[in-house]
Amino acid sequence: MIAELARYLGALLVLAGALFSLIAAIGVLRLPDLYTRLHAASKAGAIGAGLILLAVAVVSFDGAVVLRALLGIVFLLLSTPVAAHLLARAAYRCGEAPTATTTVDDLK
Amino acid sequence: MSLVLLTIVLALGWAAVTGSFTLPNLLLGALVSVACLFVVRQYVSRPHVLPRALRIAALAWLFIIELVVSALRVARLVLRPDLNAHIRPAIIAFPLSVTRDAEITLLANLITLTPGTLSVDVSEDRRFLYIHAIHVTDREAFIAEIAQGFEAKVRGACN
Repeated sequence: MIAELARYLGALLVLAGALFSLIAAIGVLRLPDLYTRLHAASKAGAIGAGLILLAVAVVSFDGAVVLRALLGIVFLLLSTPVAAHLLARAAYRCGEAPTATTTVDDLK
Repeated sequence: MSLVLLTIVLALGWAAVTGSFTLPNLLLGALVSVACLFVVRQYVSRPHVLPRALRIAALAWLFIIELVVSALRVARLVLRPDLNAHIRPAIIAFPLSVTRDAEITLLANLITLTPGTLSVDVSEDRRFLYIHAIHVTDREAFIAEIAQGFEAKVRGACN
């Protein structure tokens, strides 16, 4: 019974994770410049990958796997913002201009 | 007290990463933890670890909630057909009142994973954090919201 429930919950989490990853990809395609694209990649992407790791934890029924999946989520949440920040910073320093609709640019 | 607690937590982390909860492995983990703590001893021997741990847990919880809200908002935004009418990007200099590197790092990371904001850079003198926001209508309100929300919480967790 519990195993059955866990499988359904796991399937649901994998689907939700895949959906967020897809949305992140659509965002990267549709948004106008690197900085706005990073919003989609860092947030929807992190949630998508996190949900898939959570699904692994739910279906495994193995303490060691659960803990490693949860640790994976923690490291993902710690490293994603750093990566996004470094990409944005490197792009700005290399002269990548924000899109024309940008209203304020204090960094100029 | 705090060092004993840290050793236990690190030993459990070791067992989790190596994937084996046997007694010898836990002891080995504890040994490695003690060695690591010895190396960084001047940074970890601070009192009042428990109240701080609670505030850090509160911050972590807030962060997860904000992250979920953030992902949902980005999802709704990129699926709109009239996408470009709904974004007004801006890069805003946020005047920092936290001063330590660890606090600035934590704040910058929190900002990146929350709705519509992304840390781009910190000024050389560490007085400003440059934030890219995907939709800004009122600059003052934007700054006030971060100062009273995350920055206040970060200060609470780090002091």
